Amino acid sequence: MNNTLKILSCYSADTAGVCSILYELGGMVVVHDASGCNSTYSTHDEPRWNKKPSNIFISALTERDAIMGNDAGFIENVSSAAKDLKPKFICICGSPMPALIGTDFTALAEEIEINTSIPCFSVATTGTYSYIQGAGEALLQYIKKFCIFKKKNHNTVNILGFTPLDFYINGQLERIVKLFADNGINVNFIGKYCEDILCASVNLVISQSGLKAAKYMWENYNIPYMCGIPIGEKLSELILKIQNIQSPTFIERNTEKSDLYIIGESIFSQSLSYAIELETGLKSGIIYPLENEGLKTAPADFTTESEEETENFLSLNAKKIIADPIYKNIAPKNAVFHDLPHFAFSGRCYEHIIPNLICNSNALKELIK
Amino acid sequence: MLKKSELNNPISITLDKAQGFAFFKSALEYNPPTRGGWNIVHTGMLLPEAHEIFVCPQGCLRGVILTAAEMNALDRLSSVVVSEDEMFNGTLENNLINGTADILNRLDKTPKAVLLYVSCIHLFTGCDMENVIETLQDRFPEIDFTDCYMTPTMREEITPDVKMRIQLYSLIKPLKENKKAVTLIGNDLSPDRESEIFELLKEFDFRDIHYCTKYEDYLSLGESSIFITTRPNAKPAGETLAQRLERRHLYLPVSFDFENIENNYTILCNALDIEKPDFKDKKTIAESALDKALNIISDTPIVIDFLAVARPFELALLLTKHGFNVKYIIADALNAEEKESFCKLKELRSDIEIFSSLSVNMIKKVKTNDKKILSIGQKGAFYFETDCFVNMVYEDGLYGYHAISRLSELMVDAFLNPKDRNTVLKYKGHFCSTCLN
Repeated sequence: MNNTLKILSCYSADTAGVCSILYELGGMVVVHDASGCNSTYSTHDEPRWNKKPSNIFISALTERDAIMGNDAGFIENVSSAAKDLKPKFICICGSPMPALIGTDFTALAEEIEINTSIPCFSVATTGTYSYIQGAGEALLQYIKKFCIFKKKNHNTVNILGFTPLDFYINGQLERIVKLFADNGINVNFIGKYCEDILCASVNLVISQSGLKAAKYMWENYNIPYMCGIPIGEKLSELILKIQNIQSPTFIERNTEKSDLYIIGESIFSQSLSYAIELETGLKSGIIYPLENEGLKTAPADFTTESEEETENFLSLNAKKIIADPIYKNIAPKNAVFHDLPHFAFSGRCYEHIIPNLICNSNALKELIK
Repeated sequence: MLKKSELNNPISITLDKAQGFAFFKSALEYNPPTRGGWNIVHTGMLLPEAHEIFVCPQGCLRGVILTAAEMNALDRLSSVVVSEDEMFNGTLENNLINGTADILNRLDKTPKAVLLYVSCIHLFTGCDMENVIETLQDRFPEIDFTDCYMTPTMREEITPDVKMRIQLYSLIKPLKENKKAVTLIGNDLSPDRESEIFELLKEFDFRDIHYCTKYEDYLSLGESSIFITTRPNAKPAGETLAQRLERRHLYLPVSFDFENIENNYTILCNALDIEKPDFKDKKTIAESALDKALNIISDTPIVIDFLAVARPFELALLLTKHGFNVKYIIADALNAEEKESFCKLKELRSDIEIFSSLSVNMIKKVKTNDKKILSIGQKGAFYFETDCFVNMVYEDGLYGYHAISRLSELMVDAFLNPKDRNTVLKYKGHFCSTCLN
């Protein structure tokens, strides 16, 4: 069956994606869910929770609220908290129970905005999709709500799709920013998003979470985007040419066959695969357990729907695997396994060994040694 | 910034103004990074040779899977992911059965028992759990199944925590009664072997799920003539089990009141039909330990939280009576069992400030003018930003006079030897194994 996990973890959910991508923007995010359900996010999805607090709360939905449809209570509680904390904006999103009872979050957001005079928007989450859906939609809604086009700022790149779920807080974002800054390119990144994000000349999409916003900006503001991450030095050099692109640009690999497989987030995996090829000549295939829409895949790649499919594919095709250590549980016994922890998958379990591969060829070679 | 008194969501009230059982109105909630409490995954893992299967949407699964992963027990937990479509197309129950069957067919080793956890949506859609369990039992007769509930939305009726304890013992069948067998049930932490209760039970066959290494050991608890519970969240489990097996249940709540402690031992001795020993020496030792601690800690402000002890007001009363300066208590509600202590404490120290553990404004933590604060509990350590804290959860399993003696020692140790709270507080499930560095 496609929906069973004998021993693997599951990826962070859509609600976590919303919270994660909006975390540093000075707002208040409220997930409409039961008391205690925010513990999953704050424990397993958010490494910044203790060091850099953010207004992420749970509505503490009860059975009475669910049965009686206590929307007024929700509006009152969100408004009351916002009046105390004075966030720049409010974002509300749902979980399985509100989905089941058909909560109208768009209407709730309008009411809250009227009540508080603080901009409020909703993201349609149900707790049944991956963090990519939630983060992607939240970023898009944020841009639509707050960002205004004035005039084009040439030589400025937006970095879209950063969350610690894909880029652990071990200096990865900082290295990406430094890469551009050192080469005289202005950078907008999460935490510094401002209303002139629509004025950038180009977007660098570093995870699927940023792709929806990038497509929107391309279609409506003619800002081209490139999907890729500057992993290792050679790929970093290619990504620096981003200012020259005129239309959406993707990493194009042509791996026909390989016994080396990478499992992970799609843009990260494609970048890693290509970086390995550039640095060592070694070609690799990718197994996609998450969304990969809109990307160019290679013939050797495989989009998996389940744990069982992944296990079978690995047993038939992989002799070397680069993936989160939890995947070791379904890897062929004789395969060489290279640990590459993914926070959105294994949370805190292996956070101490997550490498920073950005602009770093040595770390990349160490990974596949 | 708003003043404390102007907040819509207050963070505290003084004891003299506290009334009723809920101190703060229901509102949005913050989640502090204090991870010592156990959840239903940890508790379920106490059942030897059992496998946990969670059937929930992705958002609900994430926390339980990673709980198991962090405690190095991922091989004892599997899951069935519920999709959005399933919530509406009438397949929820069939997928619950078929998904569970699929997992059991794929496991390398057949478990002796399965704890099958469903979520809020199953209850709200009227999933027939009796039918689910019966169907699975028919398909896998060699496995014992029980239904468990990760239903936090339902906390107004019976909390998932209380329900979990009831279900954990639901697979015990009545066996021929062994008059000497006495079982403590419902506690997450292993019992305190130095407690006087063990002295009372030395001629008896004392049992606890923590001592069970095989499923058969667990089943043999069905021989017990008496089941004891000591914490409020375990009481319904004790009552349910004793009623089902037609045995005796004793609720001997963990207490920091000398009279209550003595009363518990009287009840137990009567039930065991033994003469009650004189615990005067134990009481003297406990009082000496408190005096010794007071000499060192002096008037340093103390904060007590409800995660550390089930009866924070009772503990506060004990410490206050012995001269300690209990200044703060973190508790969102009053445990009805300590109402009397609460009222007595109010008379002695009406200025004690009660803090919410969940208020959105607690995100800013608590600012005081105190130079040093000693916390009994993790939440106090976090909110009051003190490294001088007793890393205690659920009384650490301590019981009786010994609990008071030991807590006094731990308070001194915490006062003299600060801990790195950011490291200590991150570990999930107090005393569980962990993969975290």
